[in-house]
Amino acid sequence: MSALGAVFLREWRVARRIGGGASVGAVFFLILVTMMPFALGPDLRLLAKLGPAILWIAALLSTLLGLDRLFQADSEDGSLDLLAHAAPPLEAIVLVKCAAHWATSILPLVVAAPLFGLMLAMDGPALGLTTLTLAVGTPALTMIGAIGAALTASLRRGGLLMAVLVLPLSIPVLIFGVSAASAASGGFAPFLTPFAVLAAISLFTMAAAPFAAAAAIRLTRE
Amino acid sequence: MRLVANHLTLERGGRRLFADLSFEVAAGEAVIVTGPNGAGKSSLLRGLAGFLPFAQGAARLEGGAAEATSEEQLHYLGHADSLKAALTAAENLTFWAELLGGGSVPVAAALARFGLPHVADFPVRALSAGQKRRVALARLLVAPRPLWLLDEPTTALDAASQAAFADVMREHLSGGGIVIAATHAPLGLDGARSLRLGGARVVEDER
Repeated sequence: MSALGAVFLREWRVARRIGGGASVGAVFFLILVTMMPFALGPDLRLLAKLGPAILWIAALLSTLLGLDRLFQADSEDGSLDLLAHAAPPLEAIVLVKCAAHWATSILPLVVAAPLFGLMLAMDGPALGLTTLTLAVGTPALTMIGAIGAALTASLRRGGLLMAVLVLPLSIPVLIFGVSAASAASGGFAPFLTPFAVLAAISLFTMAAAPFAAAAAIRLTRE
Repeated sequence: MRLVANHLTLERGGRRLFADLSFEVAAGEAVIVTGPNGAGKSSLLRGLAGFLPFAQGAARLEGGAAEATSEEQLHYLGHADSLKAALTAAENLTFWAELLGGGSVPVAAALARFGLPHVADFPVRALSAGQKRRVALARLLVAPRPLWLLDEPTTALDAASQAAFADVMREHLSGGGIVIAATHAPLGLDGARSLRLGGARVVEDER
């Protein structure tokens, strides 16, 4: 197996085993979505209108959960040092770690989103569009979060600092994600334009964030 | 192959740990770095491993594999064991072998070398501190690299494991490897040179 394949397999196994926390994000997502009708009241039309935004906010917060451990766990047990001694560049290893994190922790959340959206009285097209935008947009959230995770890898209680650093940077993703998802439920914009921008943001962060995160790891290492 | 260190100066947090430290280590040689707590033993090893920048001077590896960077030719074994608690000992070692470039020693043989074949399929969280250390040491065998930088390698090891590790180091040296170890306990290596770091002042290199 290639070196990068080995990294993916390792991250996958660690996340799926006891204490790995892969499913915590999806459960947190479920709880957030479930609480919304209690807070907003039983007005089905209001819930259906806000549905895409609620799902997106819940996904954004759930994505943060677990991301803080992306590099911190490796920093604590000394693995982060050795990852830099491997033949593949650290940037590639960062990208593979993010891909594994997305596949284990975020993908279940995206798959469950249409199910949870039923609780918000959303109709079929709205559910479909929201799920599609989440699938395209969450990689961007993961990659932006990876930069924050790399900056705070060596700090204790770095998770809170990471959330403060990352959430403002996630605003463009949120704007275009919700805008595209709301197209079917009376949004302000047609679907395609915000969706194309969302996909562009995702691709750009996938290309650029590994360099930023790897540089942050090298800088904060002692 | 040899390691050449020229006029190394290292500072941590504004404090100068040592200055103008020069030494050479040839293939097959072992160097034991000694000195009181805080003399800069661990920092020297982390500097040689490329994790800490030297304030002045540089260390380089000469005569190694032409296409590999010096970071790809060294093993760094620090205070942490670099093992994932949720994975088994064999899974951890297989991962490091694949990432760092595995050689001719299979994982099972490396574990057997340190007397651990029976715990290969146990999650690392269930192992004792000494057993974890031995799994970490087995990493040196599954991915062959010429330069070993060892920081207190025998922590938590019992007498039998220390002897087994001394054998492993002797084999590595006779195969043309280099060992640089910071330690307070004797490693059982005959003919190892000693590099003494002393309280930010005295630096001597004695045979």
